[in-house]
Amino acid sequence: MRNRVSYTLDSTLDSVNKAESTAAQFAARAGFNADEQDNIAMAVREAAVNAVLHGNAHDPAKKVFLVCERTVDTLIITVTDQGKGLDPSCVPDPLSPENLMKGSGRGIFLIRAFMDEVRFRNTHPGTEITLIKHVGGKPANAKEETT
Amino acid sequence: MKASTRQVNGVTVVDMSGRITLGEGSVILRDTIRDLLGKGQKKILLNLGDVTYIDSSGIGELVSAFTSVRNQGGELKLLNLTKKVHDLLQITKLYTVFDIKDDETAAVGSFK
Repeated sequence: MRNRVSYTLDSTLDSVNKAESTAAQFAARAGFNADEQDNIAMAVREAAVNAVLHGNAHDPAKKVFLVCERTVDTLIITVTDQGKGLDPSCVPDPLSPENLMKGSGRGIFLIRAFMDEVRFRNTHPGTEITLIKHVGGKPANAKEETT
Repeated sequence: MKASTRQVNGVTVVDMSGRITLGEGSVILRDTIRDLLGKGQKKILLNLGDVTYIDSSGIGELVSAFTSVRNQGGELKLLNLTKKVHDLLQITKLYTVFDIKDDETAAVGSFK
């Protein structure tokens, strides 16, 4: 497997599965353990779901761009859609009492829970989310950024 | 994802296997619960022992199922969580929302 792959995907559920399986393979090759592989794959799946459903809204004219890259000690996965854009600060907290029993709204929470760093960027139009996981754990300066 | 139902002392046990994810898995869960409620079966035990994976959509579907059953005066409980599902319910703070069992006989007996 190469150290960097990129795919242009349709706005379909098949693309979500493709993103998930690709991430799992990259995570395995990068040296993450089985639990970490599962968590990374789920984070990427959730990012792809957001891109297909909420970003591109299943629009067949819009694409999802997936880039997986690994360095010696880091896995970097970027998922980009062509939707209206997402402000992560406006996403409700799914753990708050008023949201706890809602049937949706946990995707970004799970992404943040499973990755070391999560970055959002508005691509006008669209949203790019970068998911970073370090082999051996999170560095002290890891943080979430929005640009 | 597959779901099959059986009756045990007035409780409907739903044996689920595979992945509960956006798309087919979540739809099967939703349809199963809807069918049971439509038939008046309101004591439901979801056996998740063979569920290998749940995503946020699947978690949301479990919450919706719980709420639907409760709103009709019934009870929905979970049985045999795998570690992955257990951990997911922990981090989403749903572990204490659901009544979670690890023994089927005791679980069936716990319904009112």
